[in-house]
Amino acid sequence: MAGVAVSTTINGDHVEYLCQPDETLLEVLRDRLGLTGAKEGCGTGDCGACSVIVDDRLVCSCLVLGAEAEGRQIETIEGMAHGDQLHPLQQKFLEHAALQCGICTPGFLIAAKDLLAKNPDPTEEEIRFGLAGNLCRCTGYDKIVRAVQDAANVMKGA
Amino acid sequence: MNFDPRYSGRSFTSVGTRPIRPDGVDKVTGRARYGADFNMAGQLVGRILRSPHAHAIIRKIDTSKAEKLAGVKAVITAKDLPDLTDGDAAMYDILDNSMARTKALYDGHAVAAVAAIDARTARQALKLIEVDYEVLPHVTDVDEAMKHSAPLINDAIFTEGLEEKPVKPSNVTKRTQYGHGDVHQGFGEADFVVERSFKTEQTHQGYIEPHACVASVNPDGTADLWVCTQGHFVYRQHCAQLLGLEASKLRVTSSEIGGGFGGKTHVWAEPVALALSRKAGRPVKLVMTRDEVFRASGPTSATSIDVKIGAKKDGTITAAEATLRYSCGPYAGMWAEIGAMTAFACYKLENVKTVGYEVLVNRPKTAAYRAPSAPMAAFAVESAVDELAKEIGIDPVDFRIKNAAQEGTRASYGPVYGPIGIGPTLEAVKNHPHMKAPLGTNQGRGMACGFWFNFGGQTCTDLNIGMDGSVSLAVGTVDVGGSRASLSLVAAEELGIDYAHVKAIVADTSSLGYNDMTDGSRGTFSSSMATISAARNAIKILRERAAQMWDISVDDVAWEKGHAVAKGEKHGNLGKLSLKEIAAESGKTGGPIAGHSELVADGAGVSFATHICDIEVDPETGSTRVLRYTVVQDAGKAVHPTYVEGQYQGGAAQGIGWALNEEYIYGKDGRLQNPGFLDYRIPVCSDLPMIDTQILEIPNPNHPYGVRGVGETSIVPPLAAIANAVSNAVGVRMSHIPMSPPRILAALEAERERFSR
Amino acid sequence: MVEVTLWGSLGAAAGGQSKLDIEAKDIRELFRKLSEQYPAFEPLIDRGIAVAIDGTIYRDTWSKELPPGAEIFLLPRLAGG
Repeated sequence: MAGVAVSTTINGDHVEYLCQPDETLLEVLRDRLGLTGAKEGCGTGDCGACSVIVDDRLVCSCLVLGAEAEGRQIETIEGMAHGDQLHPLQQKFLEHAALQCGICTPGFLIAAKDLLAKNPDPTEEEIRFGLAGNLCRCTGYDKIVRAVQDAANVMKGA
Repeated sequence: MNFDPRYSGRSFTSVGTRPIRPDGVDKVTGRARYGADFNMAGQLVGRILRSPHAHAIIRKIDTSKAEKLAGVKAVITAKDLPDLTDGDAAMYDILDNSMARTKALYDGHAVAAVAAIDARTARQALKLIEVDYEVLPHVTDVDEAMKHSAPLINDAIFTEGLEEKPVKPSNVTKRTQYGHGDVHQGFGEADFVVERSFKTEQTHQGYIEPHACVASVNPDGTADLWVCTQGHFVYRQHCAQLLGLEASKLRVTSSEIGGGFGGKTHVWAEPVALALSRKAGRPVKLVMTRDEVFRASGPTSATSIDVKIGAKKDGTITAAEATLRYSCGPYAGMWAEIGAMTAFACYKLENVKTVGYEVLVNRPKTAAYRAPSAPMAAFAVESAVDELAKEIGIDPVDFRIKNAAQEGTRASYGPVYGPIGIGPTLEAVKNHPHMKAPLGTNQGRGMACGFWFNFGGQTCTDLNIGMDGSVSLAVGTVDVGGSRASLSLVAAEELGIDYAHVKAIVADTSSLGYNDMTDGSRGTFSSSMATISAARNAIKILRERAAQMWDISVDDVAWEKGHAVAKGEKHGNLGKLSLKEIAAESGKTGGPIAGHSELVADGAGVSFATHICDIEVDPETGSTRVLRYTVVQDAGKAVHPTYVEGQYQGGAAQGIGWALNEEYIYGKDGRLQNPGFLDYRIPVCSDLPMIDTQILEIPNPNHPYGVRGVGETSIVPPLAAIANAVSNAVGVRMSHIPMSPPRILAALEAERERFSR
Repeated sequence: MVEVTLWGSLGAAAGGQSKLDIEAKDIRELFRKLSEQYPAFEPLIDRGIAVAIDGTIYRDTWSKELPPGAEIFLLPRLAGG
């Protein structure tokens, strides 16, 4: 199969790659670009561990083709902190121990960032439904919800 | 070794605080490396061909076409994993489960594997492998498998533990019995007796990270394995034995682990990856798909349990009896036995008898799932206890308090208890505001108790003090939920230094002595004991070095709050030397300063919890909603209370999923119909409320800080707590888990029919 | 002399007896004498046995002493999650 040449922007940087027409964006990120922060938990869009933002839209990168990234703006977990400054969500996840094993954490952080961008002052219920596309098996979600609430408060004050 | 593990009743500076974990930043920035995040030069992609049949003889496997496909570097079958188990039946089962030898025993059983230059080629190659199966009749239900007419899964198995040696083979591998007293007499003394049968469906641990490894075998017999596991030393032993390698030449590195809950205590695809690498002469990365994880890793047992409990009018239980049948998959296990041991462990019983049957079925090999076997037994027992309280007309909490086991009670599984926490958790629940909160229509409140043993085991830790006075701690128990933070706190506490100066890592199998797995809630319990011991050994050296620096006898040097202190009148002017000051001079006083410890951590201390939950049931659809949930559990001593709460909350959430929704669904063809997160639905964020926790601290007398394991017990009570809540909400006693909407609706309709007649 | 209770599936290895009196000062001696008297025990000991001494469960650490008059239970070794 002939490769598809793709030109895109990832975490603000211009990136070019060749990928197969049936290759997912998740495979491209992980296997071609070395961005392994997005995880494959299911490969069917059910777990959210591979969440990334494509042009302000939260997607499961396992359900997007690598070729579809052409001309888009992609945000992954690797671009969330600014230099040595963690994003408030990252900081609050640490402070609240909103992770145990941590495999779902990049997906949750990306999904929470997208949620707060669209709804800076969510209720608990809005957070719970906003993050319902991301599976966590360790925490029971309690500390994740609290971390997002706390981060929202910090970000409002900023 | 002179380590004294007894509880000392000391006060704490670091232990009990809640600092940020040392591996935290890596995990929120995407830098942490899990099983699938590692690559080696020249690495191939491994894929496994799996049986589509639940039970079939493998007549022939033709791999020639696959081998000829361009880009394929190795194709293996069972022939490439010769039997080196030397009569070790348990290892043979692991080998046969890794790659079927003569029969495929479940839908998903591995039959062949390939290594190719990329995933696409590997997938294509699998399609070119021709397997000639002779399909056999199968059985997937635990009760069906016990019938004489059931298809035999292994005709060499004769039931163990029967009084008379059986003459015919059976799917029941073993019968076990526990208890004491005379239940017949006990039931004779009862004014009320409840007798009921229960079923629970098979569930999966549901860790979000699929099994993943990178294996590299060299022609000189050395090998490396990078893998997500709960126990890299155990994986090394098993893989070395199955592959015929020397254990010390196989270096196993445990990656960050994306959840295990018991499912990563067992090798599945790792021996296959090593065999592929050996044949191809190149590193092989093998990552299971989610479908493979469900079909071919190790879910927990499906069960069928009968319970009978009798009590007097005053609420004293006079006798308790249970028969427990647990599915093991196609290989012998001891799952019903554990159920039989734990079933009545919360209670003080004069007369108790439990019988367990281990049952073979054509499903994947059962593995441990968080307090394995205990939740199902607790579901049956705690449901019956609630029903009995209702019949007697006594409050269910008071009924349990009256019959709760205490220090000195003979446990239903044999020994006599030391200080335990079941009574205090019940008292805490009785006084908890949750118990007094109002309820609305179709809402019900339930509560239930749970027990788990907790393990210790072989443990080894290295503590090295750098010349700048910072401390690196190398442990061998995999960190599944924050133990590096807890163990750093323990090292800081014992040395008397700040947490910020300690960095804990999980060492690979070549860097540290053998450690048992992180299972049985033993990680923090065992490794903290070894860490305390290592720190005490380091302190001994620090005192010697301080004595040298002062040129006095070491007997005159004590260790207090991170400093060497000179004792005795003649040394009054010497002041103190900090750990940092002593470390700075270490090059001149005898070289590096370190403390090591190798021990068997014993006396883990049993664990109890009591849960409360409020449920709302929609009588029109049978759907349920968890409104409020509270966990009360004894931690002995909570080293890092936030992560202890996390264990309580996580276990409760898994139990809620099990109780309400999760189940393996097999078709008549013996194939798993829901091997994905869409159809095997674990709780999502919008399904749950906040989960409140209350940590009790009843010190474990066998640990210097009083620590008990905390990881598993929280999954034991939820099944029953929720069933009791549903019963209190809408008046139907649910005897089949999960209580999915169709099951609740059917029970409600049956109840309505009964009343309309 | 200690009284040893064989629990669960272990009784069968001693011909159905659940209680045995054995002269043993530590776990090593207990296991050695059990294997001598009841050869069926040997593979079970190889597989791993847990020993409860006065209510506390220990692994098969040979040097663990058995205090006179202590209550000793032998249990199968368990799996955990």
